[in-house]
Amino acid sequence: MPLDQVSRRRVLQGTAALTLAGTLPLQRAFAKDTVVGFIYVGSRDDYGYNQAHAVGAAALKKLPEIKVIEEEKVPETDAVEKTMESMINLDGATLLFPTSFGYYSPHMVKLANKYPKLRFEHCGGLWGDKDPKNAGSYFGYIDEAQYISGIVAGHMTKSGKLGFVAAKPIPQVLRNINAFAMGARLGNPKATLQVIFTGDWSMPVKEAEATNSLIAQGVDVLTCHVDGPKTVVENASRRGAMVCGYHVNQATLAPNAYLTGAEWNWEELYPRFVKMVVAGESIPNFYRGGLKEGLVKVSPYGRMVSEAARKQADDVKAKLMAGGYAIFQGPLVDNKGKTVIASGTARGQTDPELEKMDYLVEGVIGATS
Amino acid sequence: MALERFSGAAEYVLIPTLAVALSLFLFGIFVALFGKNPLDLYFYMYQGAFGSWFSWQNTLTRAAPLILTALCTALPAQLGMVIIGGEGALLVGALSATAAALVMPAAPPVLVQITMAIAGMAGGGLWIALAGSLRHYRGVNETISSLLLVSIALAVLNHLVEGPMRDPTSLNKPSTAAIGAANMIGSIPGTDIHWGLIFGIVAAILAYILIYHTVFGFAARIAGGNIRAAKIVGLPVGRLILITCFLAGAAAGLAGMVEVAAVQGRTNANLAVGYGFTGILVAFLARHNPLAIIPVAILLGGIGASGGLLQRRLGLPDASVLVLQGIIFVTVLASDSLYGRFRFSARKET
Repeated sequence: MPLDQVSRRRVLQGTAALTLAGTLPLQRAFAKDTVVGFIYVGSRDDYGYNQAHAVGAAALKKLPEIKVIEEEKVPETDAVEKTMESMINLDGATLLFPTSFGYYSPHMVKLANKYPKLRFEHCGGLWGDKDPKNAGSYFGYIDEAQYISGIVAGHMTKSGKLGFVAAKPIPQVLRNINAFAMGARLGNPKATLQVIFTGDWSMPVKEAEATNSLIAQGVDVLTCHVDGPKTVVENASRRGAMVCGYHVNQATLAPNAYLTGAEWNWEELYPRFVKMVVAGESIPNFYRGGLKEGLVKVSPYGRMVSEAARKQADDVKAKLMAGGYAIFQGPLVDNKGKTVIASGTARGQTDPELEKMDYLVEGVIGATS
Repeated sequence: MALERFSGAAEYVLIPTLAVALSLFLFGIFVALFGKNPLDLYFYMYQGAFGSWFSWQNTLTRAAPLILTALCTALPAQLGMVIIGGEGALLVGALSATAAALVMPAAPPVLVQITMAIAGMAGGGLWIALAGSLRHYRGVNETISSLLLVSIALAVLNHLVEGPMRDPTSLNKPSTAAIGAANMIGSIPGTDIHWGLIFGIVAAILAYILIYHTVFGFAARIAGGNIRAAKIVGLPVGRLILITCFLAGAAAGLAGMVEVAAVQGRTNANLAVGYGFTGILVAFLARHNPLAIIPVAILLGGIGASGGLLQRRLGLPDASVLVLQGIIFVTVLASDSLYGRFRFSARKET
C-alpha cells in the first residue's frame, strides 16, 4: 500500500516535472528519459499491421533512457488528437508515433502545428512540403517483399491458381497484388492470381468467406493485404492450402502451411529513428525504403519450400538488395490487355507514377471497381 | 408533499449514482484480479477524465457527439419505439452536409455552415423517418429496420466516397473533397472543445421542453404508454411517429455534420466509429430523459478519456473500458427495480 501511495505521488511529481520539461528546449527534454508514444488503430496483438508496429515499439523498450507508452484501438477521429495530447500533457511524451494511415491529416498535422518543439512520426509516407517541419511520414516498399513471396508461391502451387484476399482497391494494395502476381509468374509463367476485395481493413467474416471461396475454386496458395491476416492464414492452413504472410511473421499460426511472407521491419527502423533524435540529428521528413534500406523483410522460408523456389527467390532478393532492379518495368500489360508501362520504361520504387496505380496486371483475375 | 416530490426527484439522482458507484467497485475487483491496484485505477480514471482542465476538455470533446446520437434513441423511446440506428443517421447527415458544402464553393462561410447544418439534419431526419414510416405504414419492426439502415448508410457512404464523390487525390484513403478550412466551425473560444457540445446541450434542452412541456410531447407520451388508447382518443399517432423519428434522426444527422465541419473536414470511412452505437447506451442509461443524457454522455466521455491512461499506466487492454461500460449498463438497468421503494420509505417518515 505505502508503495502505491508513493508511486502515485511520484507520478504526479513526474507529470509536473515533465510538463515543465516540455516548455524547455528540446535537447533538455531529451537529456532525461525520452518518452516515446505509440498509437495503434487496432489491437496490438492482431498478428498484423498493429502488431508489426508494437514489435517495433518493443525494440525501443530495450534502449537505455527510453520510456515507451502505448495506446491501442484509437479511432482516426479527434480521439487520436486527444490521445496524442494526453501523452504529451500527462506522460511528457516528446516523440510520437501515430501509426495509422488516417491519423495524418487533419489530426497529426494539427498537433504538430500546435506543439512545434515535439516530433511526430507517422507511418504512411504522406509528408509534403507544406506540412510542418516537426512532422514526418515514413513507409516501406513492401511490394518488394511481396514480389519475393510471389516467386515462392509460383513455385509451390500445384494447381497454378493463387489467391489474394485484399481490403480495398487503392494504389498501395494494388501494388502489392501486382508485385505478388508478377513474382509468381517468374516462378510459374502460367500462374493466375484471383483477387477478392472485402471492402474494409478488418472484416474477419468476409476474409474467411473469401478464403473459403478461393480454395473451393482450386486455389492452393493464398496471401492477403488486410489489417489482421490471422483469419486468412489460419483458415487456409486448416483447409490444406499454403499461405504467404503479411505485416508480421505468422508462421506460428500455420507452421505446416506458411511458405514465407512480406513483413515490416519496424523493429530495426524505430531504434534507428530514436538514436537519430537522441543524437540531435533530424529524421528526414519523408523517409522511404525497401529491402535494401531495411524497412521491410521477407519471412524465413518454411520447411516445405523447394530448392528451386529458394534459389530463384534468393537470387531476385540479392538483385533488389543490390539496387537498380525494377519490379515494374515495361512492357507491362494490365488484365484488360492495355499497356500500362511502355516497353523500355522502368519504374523504380521511388517513381511517383506507382503511387497512383489503378490497374491489375496480366494474370490477375479480378477488377478494381 | 413537497418533501415527497423532492424524494421522488432525489431517487432519480441517487439510484443511478449508486449504480455507477457499484459498477466502479465491481470493476475494481475485476482489475484486482489482473493484479492491479484498484486505488491506482480510480486515481488514473479521475486524472484522465476530470483531473485537469486538459482532461476535462478531453472528456467533453468525447461527450459532444454522444449527446446528439443519444437523442436519436431517446426521442422515439417516448413513443415506445426502440430506434438503434443513430449511426446510420449520423453517416447520412455527414454525407448530406458535405455534399451541401461542396455544391456551394463560393458562398460565404456562415451561409455554408448553416446550409450544412440544415442538410445534415434533413438527411439524418429523413433516414430515421424512413424507419418510422416503415413501422407505421408497413408494420416493420423499427429496431431491426433502423439497425439494417446503418449497414445501408455505410454502404452508400463507401460507394459515394470511393466513387462519384471521391477526391481523385485521395489515393490511399478514399475521401470526398475537403469542405475548405474557411467553412470549418472551429472550437468554442478559449477551449479545444468543438461546437458540437453546445449544439448537443441546446438540442437536449429543446427535446426536454418538447417532451415534458408541450402538447405534442404529452401526446407522444400518451401514445407511448398505450397506442390503442391514443388512437381511440383521436391522437394522430402516425404523424407523431414520423415527426418524432425525423427529429431524432435530425439530432444524429447534426452530430454527423459537426464531425465533418469541426473535426474531419471531409467525409470518409473515419466517420463510422460507433458514436451512434454508444449513443444507444447513453440514452438507456439516462432512461431516455433528454436532460439526463447530458451528464451520462459526460460520464461515458470521461470513461473514454481515461481509457487511454489506463492502457498506458496500468497496461490494461483497451477492452477493459468496454468491460466497465458493460458493467455500468447492467447495474443501471438492474437498478430500475429500485425506483419507488425509496419514495415509499420517505412517505412513511413524513
